[in-house]
Amino acid sequence: MTSKNKWLSAPYTLWSVVFIIIPLCMIFYYGLTDKTGAFTLENIAAMATAEHAKALRLSILLSLVSTLFCFLLAYPLAMILANMKVNQHSFIILIFILPMWMNFLLRTLAWQTLLEKSGVINNILTFFHLPNINIINTPAAIVLGMVYNFLPFMVLPLYNSLSKIDDNVINAARDLGANGIHTFIRIILPLSVPGIISGITMVFVPALTTFVISTLLGGSKILLIGNVIEQEFTQASNWHLGSGLSIVLMIFIILNMIISAIFDKDGEGSML
Amino acid sequence: MKTAVKKIYIALIILFLYAPIGTLMVLSFNASKTRSKWGGFTFKWYAALFRNDDILKALFNTLLIAFLSALIATVIGTIACIAMTGMKRRTKAVMMGVTNIPMLNAEIVTGISLMLLFISLGFRFGLGTILLSHITFNIPYVILSVMPRMKQLNPSTYEAALDLGASHLTAFFKVVFPDLLPGILSGFLMAFTMSLDDFIITHFTKGAGVDTLSTKIYTEVKKGIKPEMYALSTIIFVTVLVLLLLVNLSPEKKEKNLQGNK
Amino acid sequence: MKTGKRFNRKKTVFAAGALALFSAAALTGCGSSGGGENGQVIVYNWGEYIDPDTVKMFEEETGIEVVYDEFETNEIMYPKVESGAASYDVVCPSDYMISKMIENDLLAEINFDNIPNARANIGAQYFEQSKGFDPENKYSIPYCWGTVGILYNKTMVEEPITTWAQLWDEKYADNILMQDSVRDAFMVAEKLNGYSMNTVDPAELETAKNALIEQKPLVQAYVIDQVRDKMIGGEAAIGVIYSGEAIYTQRENPDLEYVIPEEGTNVWIDSWVILKDAPNKENAEKFIDFMCRGDIAVKNFDYITYSTPNDAARELIEDEAIRNSEIAFPDLSKYSNLETYSYLGEDGDALYNELWKEVKSH
Repeated sequence: MTSKNKWLSAPYTLWSVVFIIIPLCMIFYYGLTDKTGAFTLENIAAMATAEHAKALRLSILLSLVSTLFCFLLAYPLAMILANMKVNQHSFIILIFILPMWMNFLLRTLAWQTLLEKSGVINNILTFFHLPNINIINTPAAIVLGMVYNFLPFMVLPLYNSLSKIDDNVINAARDLGANGIHTFIRIILPLSVPGIISGITMVFVPALTTFVISTLLGGSKILLIGNVIEQEFTQASNWHLGSGLSIVLMIFIILNMIISAIFDKDGEGSML
Repeated sequence: MKTAVKKIYIALIILFLYAPIGTLMVLSFNASKTRSKWGGFTFKWYAALFRNDDILKALFNTLLIAFLSALIATVIGTIACIAMTGMKRRTKAVMMGVTNIPMLNAEIVTGISLMLLFISLGFRFGLGTILLSHITFNIPYVILSVMPRMKQLNPSTYEAALDLGASHLTAFFKVVFPDLLPGILSGFLMAFTMSLDDFIITHFTKGAGVDTLSTKIYTEVKKGIKPEMYALSTIIFVTVLVLLLLVNLSPEKKEKNLQGNK
Repeated sequence: MKTGKRFNRKKTVFAAGALALFSAAALTGCGSSGGGENGQVIVYNWGEYIDPDTVKMFEEETGIEVVYDEFETNEIMYPKVESGAASYDVVCPSDYMISKMIENDLLAEINFDNIPNARANIGAQYFEQSKGFDPENKYSIPYCWGTVGILYNKTMVEEPITTWAQLWDEKYADNILMQDSVRDAFMVAEKLNGYSMNTVDPAELETAKNALIEQKPLVQAYVIDQVRDKMIGGEAAIGVIYSGEAIYTQRENPDLEYVIPEEGTNVWIDSWVILKDAPNKENAEKFIDFMCRGDIAVKNFDYITYSTPNDAARELIEDEAIRNSEIAFPDLSKYSNLETYSYLGEDGDALYNELWKEVKSH
């Protein structure tokens, strides 16, 4: 089987070399040179300066919080959906992808309309004589925007892997005397690990680099690392610094590689 | 009782996901051009939309690119997943790392790096360059959707099929593919949707006069988003919703019966 | 037999991959081509910055097809033009960007003989003003201009707003909208302190930066385009805004008032330029000449509400209140300390960006 797989990987390998690796090399070239074209590590070291380090810390914090919220919201949801056994995977998937058919910018702007001081939610709250919420232009609004935009990326892989768990395995555990919590911890949770990893990656990674959400819902008062990089490219026209900072962010790719390598060890037995 | 809690939970999540959509739909009937003022109910933006050739052309481009890029990405991504399962752990980890690059990189970095690539290859900027870029950032979504399914596959069924005389191809399509299908399908949909939504990468890889809906929306930002865009979004959304309901509600009874027999 | 079969499939998969690559590559070949009977002109303008009807009229009158493309900021436009990714003919950048493009040799000298409407219709003072970024008036023809000022909601402030200093008044905490762009934000702080808005003096910039940091807790949000919507909706009392938006916002919400602050402000100009390696120079000249016609310029003014430098067009404005509007056509001699941005050079830009990041991350 191994020999077969070698050539199966050809199309993607070819593709990723041309459209991922080579462009990446260009980024490395920019990141490791200055305006005169001379080699420098300055753009990489720039991450350590106070503003950049602060932006990075804040980005990591906010994306961790968002990932956690997504996970806490999505896991029960995915379990409920998987247990419904409607056998209509595509229907359930579509429900969660459908919102994305409205343009991302329009949807995020809509949250502005909802959250504003005189926005829709506050109008409703006032109508019921409830205290108003005032989270627009705060980190809380950014987290909300991230959870909103990336929740489907968490739900879908979880749902995918949970609905794959054989009922008989769970029933067997029950028959052998495991209670609900026990079954969950010993059977369901471990079996859904691939989905969890996939979900975390798909939420954490885009949340870390976003700049549109922080601009629109954070009132641009909160500088995330994505904003810094975006500004270097679009406002400061300093591609060298922008590239250098992006290279630093790629540490997270390596982290990700390590994590998936660890989980491959467990998954090796069940591979094709 | 418990089912009630579950239903409420699902309902709340769906409310969360669809509240902004509802807002946009309401805005599409707003006679005032600004989103923060209600100027009365109107259908005029819908009428204006169909007279606007630019928007309709952008819609066509968007759908064409989304469909083609999702299709090609799904094929390449699924083949890659199959290939990766047979790989050594380290090779595979490297492959997955590479896969994550387009997702992790700030979009603007991906966009500009692809632009530099196309310039150095001497490509003419247009629909083709947009398509190539979209396939590139779509593949990871396919791989990340298919991979978890792949890991849960039982390899013995495939081998059993081979032992029973099936060719590799037959064994794949009869045994492996159905199990992968949900993953592939969600990967395709995800890719299609991501393509639909992308702005920055499209911006840097598009040629003059070629627009997608996103690039149109973003360029409208300086002077304010035209309400026609809300109208168009509403139409797209409602169309998909209706199609979805039609496709899924009719065979539901059959499925339930099947379920009962199990 | 087994090996033969495997070989075949190996080929198939490889072919499929290659096919996907090449079909996509082939698609890149069929980009834009052809054009109208008299060729085409490729225009790169700000989003929503022209009345689409005028483009149609141009096409009908001249038989030249217009390939129209839009950008959101000068900075996003620049790399696309510089890299030659898409070969544009006519672009409409702002003042400081024009001087950057001149410096980097991206622009062609304009032959004014082929654009008679420019000299005839565009007011001389606007060419004078342009000398700040195009010293010999060789490269650019003004298309729109305006000031940066304060838009405030009469019902939400206690006294009329007349100065930038009032943006530092704690009364208006959480009710102030600032511009989210380096130059515009620093311009406010520099004018507040009586500096030039093109200063690169480190000490002056330090003072300006500290002023912005001091102001930050009072600011509700740093925004670009949403000032308009937020002010109309009464989300904030005071916002920094471009004069071109003022007419529109007042129409939507009569409580709003636009003012040019006493400390002085930025007078900006967006001008047509022709790129050095423009493939259709002649058509580009025809296009610019057409847009300089009075009847066309007035249509564009009606559509986008940004002030036109076209005197002939101003004569044609029917609504007298607008023709003499102090917002659309302020008498600049009445204000002091007006300036136009100039390109600060790479080092100047870098310094501004560095300080702006310090403000934003504070």
